[in-house]
Amino acid sequence: MLIFLTNRIIQSFIVLLAMSLLVFAAVYAIGNPIDVLINPEASEKEKLKTIKNLGLDKSLFEQYFIFLKNAFKGELGYSFVHNRPAITLILERLPATLELTISALLIAIIFGIPLGVIAGLNPNNLVSKSILAMSIFFFSLPTFWVGLILIMLFAVSYNFFPSTGRGDTIEIFGFYFSFLTFDGLKHLVLPSINLALYPLALIIRLTFAGIQETLPLDFIKFAKAKGLSRFRIITFHLLKYILIPIVTVIGLQFSVLIAFAVITESIFAWPGMGRLIIESITLLDRPVIVAYLLVIVFIFMLVNLIVDILYSFLDPRIRISDK
Amino acid sequence: MNKNNFNIINFLKIYSEDKLALFFLINLIIILGLVIFGPLITLQNPYDLSQLNILDSLLPPLSQAYENNYFLLGTDDQGRDLLSAIIYGLRISLYVGSLSVIISLIVGIILGVVSAYFGGFVDNFIMRVADMVLAMPSFLIALVLLSILGRGLENVVFALVMSQWATFARVIRSSALSEKEKDYFYSARCLCLPQSRIIFGHLLPNCLPPIIVLSTINLAFAITLEASLSFLGVGLPITEPSIGLIISNGYEYIIVGKYWMSLYPGLFLLITVVSINIFSDRLRILLNPRLNI
Repeated sequence: MLIFLTNRIIQSFIVLLAMSLLVFAAVYAIGNPIDVLINPEASEKEKLKTIKNLGLDKSLFEQYFIFLKNAFKGELGYSFVHNRPAITLILERLPATLELTISALLIAIIFGIPLGVIAGLNPNNLVSKSILAMSIFFFSLPTFWVGLILIMLFAVSYNFFPSTGRGDTIEIFGFYFSFLTFDGLKHLVLPSINLALYPLALIIRLTFAGIQETLPLDFIKFAKAKGLSRFRIITFHLLKYILIPIVTVIGLQFSVLIAFAVITESIFAWPGMGRLIIESITLLDRPVIVAYLLVIVFIFMLVNLIVDILYSFLDPRIRISDK
Repeated sequence: MNKNNFNIINFLKIYSEDKLALFFLINLIIILGLVIFGPLITLQNPYDLSQLNILDSLLPPLSQAYENNYFLLGTDDQGRDLLSAIIYGLRISLYVGSLSVIISLIVGIILGVVSAYFGGFVDNFIMRVADMVLAMPSFLIALVLLSILGRGLENVVFALVMSQWATFARVIRSSALSEKEKDYFYSARCLCLPQSRIIFGHLLPNCLPPIIVLSTINLAFAITLEASLSFLGVGLPITEPSIGLIISNGYEYIIVGKYWMSLYPGLFLLITVVSINIFSDRLRILLNPRLNI
């Protein structure tokens, strides 16, 4: 286990390094932030001074090595626009995004697995068919449009839920969370439902397919022959068996949702990382773009590692080999 | 599905056993018709300024125009007939979507077949790169590329291809690998046929079913992705108003209750994507020999 972990961490580190070079080169190769940042009426001398201050006069490789050196110290550059460390800007907004994605994922799991089980057990009755049709429908729904419709229905026509912002927040360990206040929770409802639809459809279909494949297997027949109750067969035998692909997808979806939060956050004016990246893209705030991507890649790798470790708990047959 | 008894009527017969799928296939055909013959049937060319009348702006659905026409779905802030704008927008969306799928398909076929056929180092290299692409959500890849390249039709197509080719390469490689072990492939090699003929004449046609299904799924996905990117303002430029841009145009009017400018374009987008998805789902069931009894 220990060797597996060290191996994975070294691997992840190499991937992170490769990604940082790729992202850095790509973001820095095209687009000139000087045009955006410097007042066009500034004198030539002032221009040169600003360029030097931002370190833009050095070659790409020099800039990259300076960036790497700072990255090891935990600094990912200063935002050109906000004039604050990029990593601080992102970490400030990370809790908002995590709050949104985790609640969306929870909604998807809480509704997705039971619906998938219902559809999987009797695939031919009307309820199951409508669940499956609904899941294809959810798959196809464009996230941004659903967001607009949710605002239209629940915020404009009937004033049930607020449509923008996070509402009241409570500070815990220096981070602000809104799910602990009633007002914050009300603000969370629409965005998280919006973000939850896609993973919900995915989990329904996955659970359905898993149950379809598992039902004819011998161990289920055996459990039935033993006279176990239907409830026990479903919860202890079936679900345990199909949980592995579901956990994988939930893990992958977590990363996908953090990316898709960009859309939801811009529609609901949710002050998370996604809004920051869209702002930074329009302002060509390179350090923030690079830092955002690296933070995202880091989160992906962390989630994948956790999923791999979870496997061995869910299925004792999968031993994490120390090779 | 055996090749000998495969024809389009037989196929339609089997296909229409699922009534829901048939309904959405007809839907899809209607949408394609609307898109292809769009300019002939729409009320106006929504981007020809001489045909617009500012007095008609922001009219709700089913209202009468200044000059005796009826606007079925209302008008936008420029006095544009929304239905015409939607049909023109769908044209652009479908064009961008299918173009990106076709290019990803070509790239995927080349890389996938090369990977499976040659194996070894080439295979390893291509597949590791594909893994890296697949590890990132395609939305993020497209977003980052567009943030670097800027708006524009070619850029959007490029970004969509970059985020999709890996799926194609992976699927084509795996089906080519399993085909490679079959007898017909060995006989073709024993006959000393040229490599290109083995690949294009024998290997590829047998890999077709999964490729067709994947292409339709990805078409739906590409259309949604493009709409999302355009909505965020990083996709197509204002000169190429795709359905995503039309929806984003209506965004600010939702708050004041002028719902139709976002609702109807979105519904059209949704119907298109649902139809394509249900079509591909049905195809997947029909083309999967494991499920075909």
